[in-house]
Amino acid sequence: MELIVASAIGVLTAGGLYLVMRLRTFPVILGMSLLTYAVNVFLFASGRLTIGASPILQDGVTTYTDPLPQALVLTAIVISFGMTAVIVVIALGAFLGSDDDHVDDQREDADTAGDSQ
Amino acid sequence: MTHWIIAPIILPALLAPFIVLAARYHIGIQRVFSVVGVLALITIAAGLAWNTSDGSILLYQLSDWAAPFGIVLVGDRLSTLMVLLTAVLALFVLLYAIGSGWDDRGRHFHALFQFQLMGIMGAFLTGDLFNLFVFFEVLLIASYGLMIHAGGNARLRAGVQYVLFNLIGSTLFLFALGSIYAETGTLNMADLANRVQLIGPKETTGIRVASVLLLLVFAIKAALVPLHFWLPSSYAEAPAPVAALFAIMTKVGAYAIIRVYTMIFHPGLEVTSGLFDLWLLPAALVSLAIGMTGVLAARSLDRLVAYSIIGSMGMVMVAISLFNPAGIAAALYYIVHSTLAGATLFLISDLVRTGRGNLDLIPQPAMAGTALTAGLFFAGAIAMSGLPPLSGFLGKLLVLEAAYATNLMVWIWAIVLGSSLVSILGFARAGSVLFWKSHSVELGEELPERTAPAMLSYVAVGGLVTLLALHTVFAGQVHKYTTTMAVQLFAPEPYIATVVETPGKLSKPKEDH
Repeated sequence: MELIVASAIGVLTAGGLYLVMRLRTFPVILGMSLLTYAVNVFLFASGRLTIGASPILQDGVTTYTDPLPQALVLTAIVISFGMTAVIVVIALGAFLGSDDDHVDDQREDADTAGDSQ
Repeated sequence: MTHWIIAPIILPALLAPFIVLAARYHIGIQRVFSVVGVLALITIAAGLAWNTSDGSILLYQLSDWAAPFGIVLVGDRLSTLMVLLTAVLALFVLLYAIGSGWDDRGRHFHALFQFQLMGIMGAFLTGDLFNLFVFFEVLLIASYGLMIHAGGNARLRAGVQYVLFNLIGSTLFLFALGSIYAETGTLNMADLANRVQLIGPKETTGIRVASVLLLLVFAIKAALVPLHFWLPSSYAEAPAPVAALFAIMTKVGAYAIIRVYTMIFHPGLEVTSGLFDLWLLPAALVSLAIGMTGVLAARSLDRLVAYSIIGSMGMVMVAISLFNPAGIAAALYYIVHSTLAGATLFLISDLVRTGRGNLDLIPQPAMAGTALTAGLFFAGAIAMSGLPPLSGFLGKLLVLEAAYATNLMVWIWAIVLGSSLVSILGFARAGSVLFWKSHSVELGEELPERTAPAMLSYVAVGGLVTLLALHTVFAGQVHKYTTTMAVQLFAPEPYIATVVETPGKLSKPKEDH
């Protein structure tokens, strides 16, 4: 199981990093999502991997799983989900406004966006 | 246990939804509540700073759960000073936003402003690393909204870059926290400081990776070269009052570095020794050089100010990366100065924009309200580039003095003094093009009539300049106080003992259980 989880984190991170380094907004946002999945699984694994163990104290049980990473992951999922929504909206606004979805800065001479005040 | 320490977080957290729900169509009511809220924050922050000035540690256990099981808020000299600085800065930024009408150019400025304050205050007061992540996110979410306040294509595009860069930073933060938790099983800072000591010299791989990852995250926040690329365009495109408030956000990164790397991974710790001193100081020196070169190279005033922020963060990081009490004391003095000076310059750049319509550094006919704006720019530029008589000079002197005894003294002195000269040139060039060459420009066709900035805007900027002057006049007292702060930081035992040993509600098992 360690091998599967570890390689899943690795593949997700590698794919995410590749996409994040693309030029256009949409692949970058997809890459960000992959990275957040990778980090969620990573956080989950940081409490050590156990199968079928209970997180809450019970009588007569000796093996427990660490409950704290699960709470951390929950927070991280909520935050990254909300952030992805925010970036999609802002990126969509930028794309519709300037008809261009490059992430990097435009060249000065191509800059038609005037005084934005 | 006093409840006052959580008030700087609760107050904006309650005020913001109230402004959204009850006063969303009444800009006047929003303004009143926002200003009153910030005034109350200043009062509370001053009280907290007074309470901790004798060296005592304020601890607040949420729901009375003892650390490390519950979340704690901790106030010591450093965090309460940063809270006070944030509140004072917020007041002047808010006054400027009201005076210039920026808050009325889009929706929900005041609500987002309060949420931003909540995040910053929380980041300064928390005693838990995961909670620090959550408060980072709170302040970032609010900053995304503020950054694209009033809209516009250029601003939205810069906003996309800003959000993406910070999302990557947050992901990195989570990776760092995961590694730290996997290695030590705790995320409470005080508990972590105890447990890191117990790691054997043979099992250091995980904790070394974790500590470097964490340093990278904070370096992104502090805009340390080469992780500074998000800063220039987002600060330049953000509305001026927002950019001025953002001047404290880079300091959140510096604060986190000071806190974590004096208490948890302190320089004497064996398992992480030789990790930071190798490259943190060079990176800081390069930041300083690149920032001040950017000041000279910038083609518009807002970029110029953004690069001067990078340069001044480089100066702060140079002082921090000495990792001795004198260096930290100098860094803290300089942090206060650079926050005020950076905010002042961003607000002045907006005064210029109001007066002449753009910020390009090319000669144009005289702007509306030249005299006063030029005077304020003169003061702000002197402060930022570190000339006497304002506090930048004293701050630099303290940094140089702290670096005097180190091996790299020649490098530090050369780069600090050289970059000062470059930034003086940059500011002198900008000022002469903006304010003096305007007299030699021939008036062409009709120019659009521009009105001078409102009186309240000048009051806000003047207030910040006055604070800078006070920071200079009372430099002796302030430096004495930051020195006691540095001493407290390098002797964290009372902090750790207070956090770890204070009992909570389940510390003693009940008899009938």
